[in-house]
Amino acid sequence: MLSTPALVLAIILFGLGLIGLLSRRNILYMLLSLEIMLNAAALAFIAGGARWGQVDGEIMFLFILTLAAAEVSVALGIVLQLSHRFRTLDADAFCEMRG
Amino acid sequence: MLSLLWLIPVLPLAGFLLLALCGGRLSRQQIAWVGCGSIGAAAVTTALVAIDFFSLFPAREFYQQTSWNWIDTSGMTVGISWYLDALSLLMVAVITGIGFLIHLYSAEYMAHDDGYARFFAYMNLFVSAMLTLVLADNLLLLYLGWEGVGLCSYLLIGFWYREPEYGTAAQKAFIVTRIGDTALAIGLFILFTQFKTLSIQQVQSLATEAWPVGSNVAMIVAMLFLIGAVGKSAQLPLQVWLPDAMAGPTPVSALIHAATMVTAGVYLIARMHHLFELAPMVQEGIAVLGLVTLLLAATSALVQQDIKRVLAYSTMSQIGYMFLALGVGAWPAALFHFLTHSCFKALLFLAAGSVIHSLHHEQNIFKMGGLRRHLPWTFWTFLIGAAAMSGVPLITSGFYSKDWILWSVWSSPLSHRWIWFGALLGAMLTGLYSFRLIFRVFFGEVRTQPTGESGLAMRLPLVVLAFLALTVGFLEMPHTLGNVTLFSQYLSHALPTTTLLPGMDESSEVREQLAVTIAALLGIGLAALLFLPGSLFGARETDQSTTHPSMTLLQAGWGFDRLYDRLFVQPWLAATRNSSDMVDRGYEWLAVCAESCHGWLSHTQTGQVRWYAASIAVGTLMLLGLFAM
Repeated sequence: MLSTPALVLAIILFGLGLIGLLSRRNILYMLLSLEIMLNAAALAFIAGGARWGQVDGEIMFLFILTLAAAEVSVALGIVLQLSHRFRTLDADAFCEMRG
Repeated sequence: MLSLLWLIPVLPLAGFLLLALCGGRLSRQQIAWVGCGSIGAAAVTTALVAIDFFSLFPAREFYQQTSWNWIDTSGMTVGISWYLDALSLLMVAVITGIGFLIHLYSAEYMAHDDGYARFFAYMNLFVSAMLTLVLADNLLLLYLGWEGVGLCSYLLIGFWYREPEYGTAAQKAFIVTRIGDTALAIGLFILFTQFKTLSIQQVQSLATEAWPVGSNVAMIVAMLFLIGAVGKSAQLPLQVWLPDAMAGPTPVSALIHAATMVTAGVYLIARMHHLFELAPMVQEGIAVLGLVTLLLAATSALVQQDIKRVLAYSTMSQIGYMFLALGVGAWPAALFHFLTHSCFKALLFLAAGSVIHSLHHEQNIFKMGGLRRHLPWTFWTFLIGAAAMSGVPLITSGFYSKDWILWSVWSSPLSHRWIWFGALLGAMLTGLYSFRLIFRVFFGEVRTQPTGESGLAMRLPLVVLAFLALTVGFLEMPHTLGNVTLFSQYLSHALPTTTLLPGMDESSEVREQLAVTIAALLGIGLAALLFLPGSLFGARETDQSTTHPSMTLLQAGWGFDRLYDRLFVQPWLAATRNSSDMVDRGYEWLAVCAESCHGWLSHTQTGQVRWYAASIAVGTLMLLGLFAM
């Protein structure tokens, strides 16, 4: 099956993204990892669409693309503000909401 | 015009809403206009309704009207529906008529009070609730009014809330009457489970069919209703709240604690008379209860120092007469005494208010005296009120109503001779304490200089009420004297007529009347001997004379307050002070548990994004695992 390797790739990419997100402390790298995870999910949709011969997968991919673009623009704005306020990009430094 | 019936309770309610919502923005004059106007309009509506009611009267005995569906569930339909018959029309006429006069009086009496709008708002709400009570077609609506008047009584006793004592008195009244209200509510529950309806007329006809005379259920329900009535009407053993209720402004005492609310118990028993006729034991209990209350209250009234407390005890005593009449089956006589009592007692309270007003809120009768010449209007009206209360023969209304009650007690098959003698003693005591008040307050030397007679708005109600206190009695005169039976004929369409023992003829009635007359005059004469300054024993009683233990006991209303304090309040307080409470332990453990869980869980709130992301990932994995299984 063509879709199986694609799904395996998607899982690997998603895992890499998750590991990056959890292990990186620099918030920019965390955003990059997040992008990888999003694209892995998108790849899974493409593979699914190809497997069933439906356009839905590609439509979802377009949605995810749009969402990723929007997310990045908002996130970068927040990052800018954070670096202004804390003079650092270390995500662990932003822990003022500790319970 | 009968269709205007719903307006009677709604008009005072509208007055209340107007005053409560924008009373702060109105001028004092506008407030007085709204406050008195709403009651006046209700009185005019009552007159219109009454004219229409009488046009078809003996043929059509009642009129029913449904304004609204209040509760409508399967198995229970309760409407905001009104029921007008001879009994409720009498009550409505008294409430709106005397209520209007008292409102008019308050407009001047309370003129310099800060809470002017609040006062009239509460008073209007009270009148509305009281009218709901007497016009209600079903017991639930009656209960709404019943609780409404209790609430307003609480609010008005504690009207001057800055005095902590007054707040305590208000709470006392509220809590003590609540005992009776609870009993009444349980009575309603029993009636509803038995008959699946709360309509007063239906319940009673169903009860008469279903329960034999003297059956246990009937006894229990009648007993519960009696406890409710006893609480509201300040009879033994729930009478302790009424003397303290005098903390409220004097017009409040006149309206709520003399003329209307405290007679709600009498109304309730009269309204539910079919039920009480099914429970002869309870009915006999009412008579004994009334007799004991009237004697206790009359003896307490003899030694009070506060002018309003004398009147409070006298109110208890006079309501005792009404209960006595209800107990011996003299329903119309009880209602007739209610009518005359609300005239002369409202008059006495208003006149006392006029005295207090002119003496800068001095209420101790030992600091009064010689006001006869300074306050002539007040003196004469007070004298008429006191004469009516004592039952001065032939010219006052109190004589006719009290004589009717005593004659019924004498001649009723439900009564005993000793009850009659007790009531006769009460009549003598009434004359004694009423005229003690007159001689102390209006005769002798001036002890506190009065500021002069009050204005027209206060004098007019006094004069009208004095006129009524003299003339209302002519509605019903015994057949040895004039034989007028307007009142009993009128009420015979709503209440059963009194049954007499066989062999009661005119000569025994004349003898009985002579006894009543002599008792009343003896009381007054004794008062003149004992209390008139300059007479045989005059002016011997002073402030200090009350140190004698028996006097202290009487002054404290036979020490019921102390008894209840020992029996209920102290044990309860002791129980609450006990900190090693088992129930508390359970709840404390719960609190400790919650606190430690909180401490434990708050560690997970690190504030770090990566920790949250990891939690989400782990949670998702666990969920997926759950689905995979």
